[in-house]
Amino acid sequence: MSTIAEREQEIVDAFALFDDWMGRYEYLIDLGRELPPLDDAYKTDDYKIHGCQSQVWIRAEERDGRIYYEGDSDALITRGLVALLIRVLSGQPADAIIEADLKFLDRIGMQEHLSPTRKNGLASMIKQMKLYALAHGQTARS
Amino acid sequence: MPASGSPSLTAPPLDVDAIRADFPALHQTLYDGRPLVYLDNAATSQKPQVVIDRVRDFYARENSNIHRGVHYLSQQATEAYEQARETVRRFLNARRRTEIVFTRGTTESINLVAATFGRSRLERGDEIVVSAMEHHSNIVPWQMLCQERGARLRVIPVDDRGELDEEAYRRLLTERTKLVALCHVSNTLGTINPVQRMIADAHGLGIPVLLDGAQAAPHLPVDVQALDCDFYCFSGHKVFGPTGIGILYGKEALLDAMPPWQGGGDMIETVSFERTTFNELPHKFEAGTPHIAGGIGLKAALDYVEARGRTALARHEDALLAYATERLTAIEGLHLIGTAREKTSVLSFVLDGIHPYDAGTLLDRLGIAVRTGHHCTQPLMQRFGLPGTIRASLAFYNTTDDVDALVDGLHRVRSLLA
Repeated sequence: MSTIAEREQEIVDAFALFDDWMGRYEYLIDLGRELPPLDDAYKTDDYKIHGCQSQVWIRAEERDGRIYYEGDSDALITRGLVALLIRVLSGQPADAIIEADLKFLDRIGMQEHLSPTRKNGLASMIKQMKLYALAHGQTARS
Repeated sequence: MPASGSPSLTAPPLDVDAIRADFPALHQTLYDGRPLVYLDNAATSQKPQVVIDRVRDFYARENSNIHRGVHYLSQQATEAYEQARETVRRFLNARRRTEIVFTRGTTESINLVAATFGRSRLERGDEIVVSAMEHHSNIVPWQMLCQERGARLRVIPVDDRGELDEEAYRRLLTERTKLVALCHVSNTLGTINPVQRMIADAHGLGIPVLLDGAQAAPHLPVDVQALDCDFYCFSGHKVFGPTGIGILYGKEALLDAMPPWQGGGDMIETVSFERTTFNELPHKFEAGTPHIAGGIGLKAALDYVEARGRTALARHEDALLAYATERLTAIEGLHLIGTAREKTSVLSFVLDGIHPYDAGTLLDRLGIAVRTGHHCTQPLMQRFGLPGTIRASLAFYNTTDDVDALVDGLHRVRSLLA
């Protein structure tokens, strides 16, 4: 299984094919469309990420020491961001997820979404995904 | 379109290019060199150079504390600040300067009335009437007060066009009603409420009325004597002035009878540990060093609007609203939210199958600043069954080119997302 760094590089390479923001957003929106929808049973407050103008839900489960994520949003761009994070982090060991600096977001021109003042909650999503990794990682070790 | 403020047909056409030249923030490019198209004026307006200069000059030359210094600068600053109060009085056509209280903004003005007038008058079982189109800042202070007092909030319903149900309103007015708190213009829908009639209805039963004028003051002539409202609130930053300064107008007799709110310097007459006597109006409600530069900057903003001609500005905005309404409604799958007969230049809308957040994000990349979301009117969004809208709000410095840019942008948004 590829590492977080390898997956980040794949995404950076894919985004590099577009020379303008429109192309990059179009690609992000496509990633959002391709993300398998989350079962409605999980679209509850328990899985909701706060601080987003759109609704976002993310859940995680641990299998063999690795954390697997699923997520969804009612906005497509946000869904694309969820898809990117899942592509990079899902199936990785908890420790690696907690340590991940996710610098690829800068390199694909999505750093503007990371600012805490943006209402899409990308920073909240990352925080929640790391918290899941922390919680599941501890359960796995104990 | 506002009947009350209908601009005369003889007003000369507005030189929008000259006006735009007065607003430095409008002349910038964003991202990859896209010119800014600023359509978020209901959130805050840009500032003309005269306001920026006035604030800078205050700090560069006149800066000093007011109302207490015997020295030259203090007297200059006090004079300038009190002149600003006089300008606001004229802007609202209030009877007296003492009826104009400086606050931080509309929100603080409303909170002041809730904490003083409200606390001294409201008892268990009493009611306050608001409307379903209020901004959170004209809901939450009353809700908090009602909770504290065991009183109840009653809500005037809004119809599908975004107009208030006046019959329901009249039914809500009873001997239990202690205050009606109503927006003059809706920030989300642009609806101009028939406040004159509604105030007369309330006064018929002896009920005072507070108007939230945050969205009206930038667009309509406001005459508090003609309206006969008991309180009127607005914010400096939405009328092309600085942030952090706002106005509470109150009828003198009401302000006089109200207890003070915040304690501190400037609001007192004499202080001893046994007893404090309070300063006269309006200083009774202005504890501490105020936002002096803000007040003086607000005067510059109101003077600017006056000099440019409120009638001519309003006529330009009305024409823009008509143009924007026609162009936007021609877009397939676009639905305007708020189609009241009397509107200011606010266009709230949704696009079929497109989340407002996605549309706002893409428009932003095109250099177009709009607001998306619930616009601090969550109960109104619930009324329309929407998570939010896209809102373009126009000011007198906007042009048909700005509207065209928005329409082109929305076509691109649709091609990307639909």
